[in-house]
Amino acid sequence: MAEKTVSIETSMLSRNERLAAGLRERFRAHQVYVVNVLSSPGSGKTSTILATNERLRDRYRCAVIEGDIASDVDAVTMKEAGLPAVQINTGGLCHLEGNMIGQAVDALEAGVGLENIDVIFIENVGNLVCPVDFDLGENLAVMILSVPEGDDKPVKYPGIFQHAGALLLNKVDVAPAFDFDMGAYNGTLDDLNPTAPRFSISATKGQGMDEWCAWLADQIEAARV
Amino acid sequence: MHELGLMSGVVDTVVASARHAGADRVISVRLRIGDMTEVMDEALHFAWEVLRDEDPLTKDAELEVDYVRPRSLCLACGNEFEHDRFHLRCPDCGSAETSLLSGRELDIVGIDIETPDDPEDDTPR
Repeated sequence: MAEKTVSIETSMLSRNERLAAGLRERFRAHQVYVVNVLSSPGSGKTSTILATNERLRDRYRCAVIEGDIASDVDAVTMKEAGLPAVQINTGGLCHLEGNMIGQAVDALEAGVGLENIDVIFIENVGNLVCPVDFDLGENLAVMILSVPEGDDKPVKYPGIFQHAGALLLNKVDVAPAFDFDMGAYNGTLDDLNPTAPRFSISATKGQGMDEWCAWLADQIEAARV
Repeated sequence: MHELGLMSGVVDTVVASARHAGADRVISVRLRIGDMTEVMDEALHFAWEVLRDEDPLTKDAELEVDYVRPRSLCLACGNEFEHDRFHLRCPDCGSAETSLLSGRELDIVGIDIETPDDPEDDTPR
């Protein structure tokens, strides 16, 4: 018997990274801008996507990939709002992975054609931990925190707040009913993710949505050059 | 908690590498994991203990994990600094324009294996 060391030096996520690189190239070739929407369950991912689409739809043709453990509730909501939507049921898995997005993009391609889509919103599984490590080939990851969840979430879940390219604080219309400390929230983010822009919004009441959508449109245009 | 999914990929890679190298068994598996990732040490070891039984090559293999502290480069003043998960600004000049050098690793470094003696192979290791 002999003992020896074998060097492997590969990423644990090499399969997903390969898939994400393929997706990124596919999105780029079709000039599709992809937004990975992250939050805990109930923070307002669906209503934020709907309200964003309302403001962008004269300029961009949007579509949605819905990720949930089960059900097609969100995809039905999106379709009722006139958005092409594909539902992924992860069957218990706490995040979306590249192969699932690949299949969903195939379905969008077959259904409406990628040449007829400018923006895809990926509504990830509601979770503040697991989606962080899985690249989906997106241009932008957006983190939505809602006021009722509390200002301490960036302290408790630093990874996702650090990972995001834009930080939305939703449900600011109900802020008076909650002890949400904006100073503490901003203070944490100033150190944790000082470069991502922050937007205070109410997706259902419209507050702050124009500012967020104007910034997003700038990002979409910048990616096209 | 996606450690089970992560580790199932690790088992596949390890078994393929061990087989390719002609191993009788895998003694240990070494991973390199950055502190900025969402991986929990206990869950990782638990997942490994569950999954290593799937192949006779890995069933006794130990898991060794090297954790990597985050380091960033300040793009404003050139300072290279170690930091925690919460403080990404340059401690010298306060700039937010920094680039992460390490801390997001999720790597399989390598394996220690046992191979049958090969009298013709006297390559020094």
